[in-house]
Amino acid sequence: MKLYIPPQIPRLAIAFAVFISLFLVLRHFLVPDTFGKYGPYRAAALDDYAKLEVHYSGQQACFACHQDIEDLKKTDVHSEIHCETCHGPGQKHALSSLPADILKPTDREFCGKCHILNAAKQKDAINQIDLTKHNIDKNCIECHNPHQPWEMKK
Amino acid sequence: MSQSASTMGNEKVTSSRRKFLKTAATLTAATVGYSWLKSSQILIFAAEPKDVTLPWYGIAIDIKKCIGCGSCAKACKSENDVPKEPFFFRTWVEQYTVKNDGSVDIVSPNGGIDGFVQRVPDEEIFKSFFVPKMCNHCAKSPCEQVCPVGATFLSPEGVVLVDEKYCIGCRYCVQACPYGCRFIHPVKKVANKCTLCYHRLKKNLAPACMEVCPTGARMYGNLRDKNSDLVKFLKEHTTHVLRANLNTGAKLYYNELSSEVR
Repeated sequence: MKLYIPPQIPRLAIAFAVFISLFLVLRHFLVPDTFGKYGPYRAAALDDYAKLEVHYSGQQACFACHQDIEDLKKTDVHSEIHCETCHGPGQKHALSSLPADILKPTDREFCGKCHILNAAKQKDAINQIDLTKHNIDKNCIECHNPHQPWEMKK
Repeated sequence: MSQSASTMGNEKVTSSRRKFLKTAATLTAATVGYSWLKSSQILIFAAEPKDVTLPWYGIAIDIKKCIGCGSCAKACKSENDVPKEPFFFRTWVEQYTVKNDGSVDIVSPNGGIDGFVQRVPDEEIFKSFFVPKMCNHCAKSPCEQVCPVGATFLSPEGVVLVDEKYCIGCRYCVQACPYGCRFIHPVKKVANKCTLCYHRLKKNLAPACMEVCPTGARMYGNLRDKNSDLVKFLKEHTTHVLRANLNTGAKLYYNELSSEVR
């Protein structure tokens, strides 16, 4: 017995084939190459992030030139603090060596950001200063060397 | 005639029953097998990708050590070109003050970038502490799950990232993050968040916030490396994650976390 195939079936089959191949062609061009390499996302996005520029060079880059400051800093309580905590992003300065490309904060308020009196700080975590009482007419760096805070300047 | 008819009937029933059972068993086995494979794949992927050669990053913050200087929040903005206006933060610091009457005062002026000025007088304070906040880089992050276009993903190193070319800026993830760690970039109009300084990690540099933290209150490390400083810290201290009840798989562990912290 010959199987009867209604005439619309081949026509529909052709239509389906056309649409499916169209979909596959479109998909081929629309889905990025790296999609699905690690998971359901574009793996090249990781490279986009990895390519971003670094602004903070890390203190090893600082010590490459400023060996003297490294030695000085080692001797006192600020030894664990990295250069860029106070001096700001240093990559530009590391590449250009221009003094204009690095911060040199000098005001009381800057030191106060860490050293201001606040009940939220652990007593032994940091020396806390009452900025409204402690030598109010002077800048901190007039007496303290920030790289060696307890060697008082005369 | 009647006998043969009944035999035929019996055979028919038997054969179709056998066939049915066979088909059903095959289908069930296939479904169970497939779903098992698939679900375990998803679980493995969500919990920890298989590539063990890569680190699996976690973060620890020691609340006892934080002095609220805001260096982290400031450095984050400089390093990652985050808009300078308040309300756009990838990391920020909050001050919690529990008063003697039990009420809690929470402040974060400009994310702590300009430092904190104590606004509750000493005699009213029961306890006070700083809480630095940042992306928890959840292993099962809600923000990743709700993204309708798959722009947010968990990198093989366990860092939650946004594909800025895919993001359509629908803000669903901003709503979904229980830690409030996302915002819409006012210029790019796409979701923006902490990348754990992915570009720095790839260059073997510490994330900017950890580079500048003067007290070492923040640390990051490889949770897979059982000898890493981070794992050692987690072993030695009683740490908690925020909103553990939400099962986000948060990988930011706080030491000395008070119950007041939300």
